[in-house]
Amino acid sequence: MKKSLLYIIPSMFIGIAIFGSSCKKDIVDRTQQYPALAPANIDLNADTWKPVLVKDFSTLTVAAPDAVTSPAYLADINEIKAAQRNLTADQKASIKYWSAGAVLRWNEIMRQLVAKHNVAPYQNADDTYPAPNSANPFNYPEFPFSNPPYAARAYAYVSAAQYDALLAAWHFKNTYKRTAPYKNDAAVQALVPVSELPSYPSEDAVVAGTTVELMKLLFPTELAYINQKAQEEKEYRIMAGANTRGEITAGESLGKQVAALFATRARGDRAGKAIGTPAVWATLQTTAFESGKFWVSLETPKRPPMLPLFSKVLPFLFDTLTVVSLRPAPPYLSTSAEYKKEVDEVLSMSKNYSRAHEEQVAFWADGIGTYTPAGHWNAIAADEFVKQNYSEVRWARNFALLNMAEMDAAIVCWDTKYFYFNQRPSQVDPFIKTLTGVPNFPAYTSGHSNFSGAAATVLTYLLPDRGTKFTDLAQAAAMSRLYGGIHFRSDCEVGLVTGKAVGQYAVNRGKADGAGL
Amino acid sequence: MKHSLLYFYRCCIVLAVCLTLTKPVQAQTDADALMIPKNYVCAAGVYTHSQWDHYWEGTFKRDAPNLGTVSSNAYMLGFVYGLSNKINVSVALPYVTTNASAGTLRGEHNLQDISAYVKWLAIKHEIGKGSLSLHAILSGSVPASNYEADFLPLSIGLHSKNVALRGLLNYQVSRFFVAGAYQYVRRSNITIDRNSYYTTEMHYTNEVQMPDVSNYLISAGFRSLQFNAEATFTQVDTHGGFDIRKNDNPFPSNKMNSQLAGLILKYTFTKLPGLELTAGGNYVLKGRNVGQSRSFYGGIYYIFNTRKEK
Repeated sequence: MKKSLLYIIPSMFIGIAIFGSSCKKDIVDRTQQYPALAPANIDLNADTWKPVLVKDFSTLTVAAPDAVTSPAYLADINEIKAAQRNLTADQKASIKYWSAGAVLRWNEIMRQLVAKHNVAPYQNADDTYPAPNSANPFNYPEFPFSNPPYAARAYAYVSAAQYDALLAAWHFKNTYKRTAPYKNDAAVQALVPVSELPSYPSEDAVVAGTTVELMKLLFPTELAYINQKAQEEKEYRIMAGANTRGEITAGESLGKQVAALFATRARGDRAGKAIGTPAVWATLQTTAFESGKFWVSLETPKRPPMLPLFSKVLPFLFDTLTVVSLRPAPPYLSTSAEYKKEVDEVLSMSKNYSRAHEEQVAFWADGIGTYTPAGHWNAIAADEFVKQNYSEVRWARNFALLNMAEMDAAIVCWDTKYFYFNQRPSQVDPFIKTLTGVPNFPAYTSGHSNFSGAAATVLTYLLPDRGTKFTDLAQAAAMSRLYGGIHFRSDCEVGLVTGKAVGQYAVNRGKADGAGL
Repeated sequence: MKHSLLYFYRCCIVLAVCLTLTKPVQAQTDADALMIPKNYVCAAGVYTHSQWDHYWEGTFKRDAPNLGTVSSNAYMLGFVYGLSNKINVSVALPYVTTNASAGTLRGEHNLQDISAYVKWLAIKHEIGKGSLSLHAILSGSVPASNYEADFLPLSIGLHSKNVALRGLLNYQVSRFFVAGAYQYVRRSNITIDRNSYYTTEMHYTNEVQMPDVSNYLISAGFRSLQFNAEATFTQVDTHGGFDIRKNDNPFPSNKMNSQLAGLILKYTFTKLPGLELTAGGNYVLKGRNVGQSRSFYGGIYYIFNTRKEK
């Protein structure tokens, strides 16, 4: 009996291992399963919604389209028919991918670029750190280092610009009332869901035109990739019978014009100076809330604090004075009983080895090499929005509200962090070991909590039927930072409050922008 | 049992190598040509300590000042059973702990993976002055606990279910031998805690595709009644995966390669029948996306007959 057991047991393990390892099935990425954009409401009145920066559509130039009987238009129709004759598998895959929506797919592309560039510079031989330089973006370290504040700002500019550009596009669509190719010629197949939306200028081309222009500023080393993606998208519209070449050209031009307004704002919004100088970094130690108990980098070699002057960046939803008014009360003094209690709590968290505890920390960590917390909330929003049958312009409006809130939450949070400049738990008690890396900036208040509080407020407004889903997620995200041993409880709780306050500005804008819910 | 004097009951449970960044391949496979006779059992306990303070980020060798020295300890219990003189089966389970001497990250500790193998002496021929043998070893491992894989370099393993096949040739002339082996390891997908991750592009899923691994082993040494000594060279190649980017964190599906030099020693007690001591070490000469580990191990084997001697 013993003998056969010792024979059976290893064979069982091997059998399990074979069976288990034969599970090398193809992994399904959930973004591959998004359906084609099929709006329940094409939001024809979007040209009455309130833009972010564009004051007057008459400052934008979109030439009148050719008549649908003109030789130019008929040539464009022929281009569609020729393209549709022999669609390859790759082309069909491209149609399937891009028909999920322009705003959605560009948001994913942005998240990928953020993740790709979210790696901190490696130290010089003398233990100083080099900095990315937008004037020489290809030099190591490649520009940008897309850390959480940089990423939040990047998402915000692109989303807000896409929104304004689409409002303008809707204005010109309503002006010219051009019908889609598949309506003008029965031989043109509609390989996207059909709609009554006028097709000149092309909304996809508008989004591409806007985004490419802003990428020149935000991710300058990625232009070859971005241009290739834009090209794919424009080709898709033609292959799908959704737009003619003329509609695409007009759209791209309009997108570029709107993007220029945002690029001008971006060049002057003080983000370029956010990195500070050695003098600035040294002064922070003297202005810290509690004398002698200031933040010090936990990295080896010591790294300068991350973007200490990001608090000066011009918010989208309010002004710099409001940033100061949103600043919370100081953190606990290190001599207080509350502080000691919080330190003990973090220590106990660092000793919790339960799997659920680790999982929550890892799920929300969004650290180096990832799309950052703002990116995580964009991913959550995308997964929800695809169920809503929004129009392209409403996708843009909703992402603009979310991302302007995230950027302004980053500004408010960074203002708080560098005004108080307090210590991380591991600085206070070296026995506090962490479940994730300690980011290189002060603790009060937690970035995750601000980003999550703001995002949850905006998403709950946009999707009220989800109940407490987003606030529950925000709570989990905020608490994950305490569970990870890298934040005090008050960093997270107060961060959620300031995040919510920022989110409310976005909600108020949404309630007044004419888009309705 | 005439040959038993030259055949030493040895269970080589673990060629325990590089338990930190090159976890999945080495700890569970048998890598020598020794067999234990029918009905015999070998019980083994082996302790391994491994550490590194330099690693290869892709092909760039660097230190990790935010980690200091990364070390791990494995406490392994295993059994080998002689199903027949030509077929041995084995099962083993280690408990692994990890630690970083600098920085704030905490180490992990848990039961790692259960491994098992079936070792079959397929061919044995007298050639020239010595004998040539060919072994086929089919092995597998499954995680024994729900440990977190995506916490490199402080995770205790990579959490994949593996199955492997090794072919081993051994030529022994009086007390000296030389051997060579090739193994292919097939690895299952793993599931991580987060629902998106970046490799060379974004993936929106919590499942990670793990590349398969091969390894080559060359060894030579000395086997006598009381004392064995063996020098080994191993090369581990991962088929696929990606390099750690500059200053990025490592990830389970990185392309982890390494070349290791090793030494195995074994002493058999004459006064205490069935009891053996083993000790050895390994050093990573060159690698890719792994730590330059050095490891030392020590173990006790006890071999006994499950049938009463007549």
